[in-house]
Amino acid sequence: MTGPIFIFLVLAAVAIAGAVSLILHRHPIHSALSLIVVMVALAGLYLLMGAEFVAAVQLIVYGGAIMVLFVFVIMLLNAGEEERTNFSTLATYGGVPLALGVAGLIAAALSRAGTETLPAAAQGGAVSSTRSLSMLLFSEFVYPFELTSFLILVAILGAIVLAQREN
Amino acid sequence: MVPTNYYLILSAVLFGLGIVAFVFKRNIITLFMAIELMLNAVNLAFVAFSQSLGKLEGEVFVLFVIIVAAAEAAVGLGIIILTARNRRSLNVERVDLLKL
Repeated sequence: MTGPIFIFLVLAAVAIAGAVSLILHRHPIHSALSLIVVMVALAGLYLLMGAEFVAAVQLIVYGGAIMVLFVFVIMLLNAGEEERTNFSTLATYGGVPLALGVAGLIAAALSRAGTETLPAAAQGGAVSSTRSLSMLLFSEFVYPFELTSFLILVAILGAIVLAQREN
Repeated sequence: MVPTNYYLILSAVLFGLGIVAFVFKRNIITLFMAIELMLNAVNLAFVAFSQSLGKLEGEVFVLFVIIVAAAEAAVGLGIIILTARNRRSLNVERVDLLKL
């Protein structure tokens, strides 16, 4: 087994374990910490693929900012353990087949594409220098990029309007 | 190097776990985290395809997804705070105002 595949398997196992622990824990703060584990493992995978900038953004924005927001809200609302309720009929008869169906669909597509394998990922950052990524972002995708700043502005306003106390 | 299929399988597994979490969890904050998990799974597929095809557009899309996820988290958590304040509960089954 070569080095990169070993690293991939370790990181993939960490990510899946984090996702499973998100489901199994009943306390939201434990779920949030599990999700942070998943995100850090994914950042490691991005590094392995040679996408350094995306890995850094993943750590800073997802693992840092967004998850701090989550943990902050959990503490602000003093969220306790999840109440135990009976699974709704929708969850039992709709959710499980849905999840299995999506997994099966993707597995079928992958196994059919398995013969004509995609070119192996990543020549260690040959394609993905941060420089060419930023050139692309600020030339071809400059209008979507500017639109996202507007989106963020609207989101900030929305969050303020939603969270303020009415007098 | 690691075959691209491995990344896609991992992405599918994480997405499936996200769906399971979304369907089975009761806490509204945890449901939100399940959505973030699914977004992360899709991001992984984007980067894997981008690397495999040698095109950087996939990574640009990942950046956009992260930006939208940040905006979504800000608004969504505002809504969660509002719901928790009005309903005094974080259980999604208590949020049934639209139910007949």
